[in-house]
Amino acid sequence: MSSALSTPPSTGSPASPPPVDRSTGPAPSALPRATRAELESLRVVGARHPWRYVATAAVAVLLAMVVSSLVTNQRWEWSIVFQYLTWPSILSGLWGTLRLTFVAAVIGFGLGTVLALMRLSRSPLLRAVSWAYTWVFRSVPLILQLLLWYNLAYLYPTLSLGIPFGPSFAEFGTLDVINKFGAAILGLGLSQAAYSAEIVRAGILSVDQGQHEAAAALGIPRARQSTRIVLPQAMRTIVPTSVNEIIGLVKGTSVVYVLAYGELFYTVGVIYGRNQRVVPLLMVAAIWYVIITTVITVIQFYVERHYAKGAVRTLPPTPIQVARWTLLRTWSRLTGRPPHPSLPPAFAVRTGNGRGHLTRTGRPSTTRTEGGAV
Amino acid sequence: MSTTTKTVLKTSTRQSTSAVTSTAAASPAASGAQTAEPVGAPSTHAVPAVTTAPLTGTRGLLEVHGVHKSYGTLEVLHDVDLTVQPGEVTVILGPSGSGKSTLLRVVNHLEKVDSGFVALDGDLIGYSRSGDTLRELKEKAILAQRTQIGFVFQSFNLFPHLTVLENVVEAPVSAQGRRRSEVEVEARELLARVGLADKADVRPRQLSGGQQQRVAIARALATKPRLLLFDEPTSALDPELVGEVLDVIKALAHDGTTLVVVTHEIGFAREVADTVVFMDSGRIVEQGPAAQVIDDPQHARTKAFLDKVL
Repeated sequence: MSSALSTPPSTGSPASPPPVDRSTGPAPSALPRATRAELESLRVVGARHPWRYVATAAVAVLLAMVVSSLVTNQRWEWSIVFQYLTWPSILSGLWGTLRLTFVAAVIGFGLGTVLALMRLSRSPLLRAVSWAYTWVFRSVPLILQLLLWYNLAYLYPTLSLGIPFGPSFAEFGTLDVINKFGAAILGLGLSQAAYSAEIVRAGILSVDQGQHEAAAALGIPRARQSTRIVLPQAMRTIVPTSVNEIIGLVKGTSVVYVLAYGELFYTVGVIYGRNQRVVPLLMVAAIWYVIITTVITVIQFYVERHYAKGAVRTLPPTPIQVARWTLLRTWSRLTGRPPHPSLPPAFAVRTGNGRGHLTRTGRPSTTRTEGGAV
Repeated sequence: MSTTTKTVLKTSTRQSTSAVTSTAAASPAASGAQTAEPVGAPSTHAVPAVTTAPLTGTRGLLEVHGVHKSYGTLEVLHDVDLTVQPGEVTVILGPSGSGKSTLLRVVNHLEKVDSGFVALDGDLIGYSRSGDTLRELKEKAILAQRTQIGFVFQSFNLFPHLTVLENVVEAPVSAQGRRRSEVEVEARELLARVGLADKADVRPRQLSGGQQQRVAIARALATKPRLLLFDEPTSALDPELVGEVLDVIKALAHDGTTLVVVTHEIGFAREVADTVVFMDSGRIVEQGPAAQVIDDPQHARTKAFLDKVL
């Protein structure tokens, strides 16, 4: 049976044609022809990857060491970590961080989009102003900007609302308007705008020139060209980098501790300054930052999926779909029933070793009951 | 004529009625006749009114006069004169880089001319005339003019994030301010005309190239243009998909829509075109009835090109 697949030079006698079953018809080439039943009964041996096992074992040992030290080292003081995780002042610090992130992101991406459109406009002045803004705000460190904004009252004790170079209608004390929160969102938002502007501009430039032309040729009004045709397509490029920036912003808010504003990092610092439990409280902050980032990453997946409509033929499955399909597949394996009809064919196929792999019938090998099996 | 500047614009359009924004108002016969004379086109009075044109307006007289266009030092259009009568099909042939596509882009003002003028039914494209002055139109007015000139691109340029129906509906709603519900009914009729009634709700990437180009034609027709421009509509298609697109264009030609088609499909040109224009190096080398230009070319350059293509 095994000779059916072997090649002539290795097994065939030198003078005569190889011992091939020719009952299925004349073979034009020297390769023997095997019947389907023969092929299905063959044992398939997967390629061996010994180094893969070595690497897996090494990583597994390292992981075990990390986990073991996390559990056995008493100095982590996990009981204190969990005690403080939902402490009221920690939660209010968390709220401070979320509030800063949200407002700074709105200011950053709102202003950033305006700056990007200015940079792409036909007016040289608008282009220059946008360029200069990005230049200045990307050059100055965030922590320096924050302190500058907080000390604005030193430069301008009062702010007034009125006609430029003319009369003013209302006056405010600078400190009343730009408090700690005000200085923090100005610093974070304005510096974020400089980065967002470049992201949005890159997104707009990534849209095919033909799209702009088609929109213009159809006579679609300028503003509508941007909002309906160009920006939705630019979003595909904008979203991944923007989420990077927003995650950076979440953690960037910790810099605001220099203003003694009650965000997560500052709050944690205040508490460990009092009780000296430095490491457990840093872990509290770390856990919350990880949770925020995780939530943002999940949102990112769905936003990206939304803007992928039309750009890809089939959308990637959501985590919920993947979970459901995995359950259905496992169920069909355990019970030996055929896969659920809603299961995508590619997902139902098991890759790897097993009999009948070559014929790709799509059924898991463990449930096969074929007469031809040796 | 080679040293033309914008003064040519002023003199040669003196008699044209220049109500650019109210294009639908002027009577077709009057404006057609007036503008034709200074250009020296064959008398337009003799041209019979288009009998059936359900999709487009009854007019569509295109005049291109003395157009020059350069990119830097490269002159891509040199003193181009072209008149397309309403309801007529004009096919532009010529080698790559001969200025065919640029000429189409000049007609709907995607490119500005350096000198000369383009007029549709006597209304200047991109300018308005008051007395002896020509004023460049603002973008808004140019966009309004473009709704009267449909453009079909070589690379389709459908909006991939919108469904087929949304692609067709977009311009009539946002550029012409028409009611969406009413436009959607028309859009579905247009899609049925190009044989894609069942594809209204899919996105363009799920269609074949030929289907995408048919959607693009439906989209160009949705604003009810008076003139339809095709820039190599079948060049990006597999050979077996070319026929379905050409069939749609032929059907439009039979309906009496004014068409200007840049193509390399000589057979199509011979069958459908009223006039064939041969361009080379930014100039119109030869133009005339299709049978004459294709089967009995007078100019050596035309002969050489056709010998290679046929």
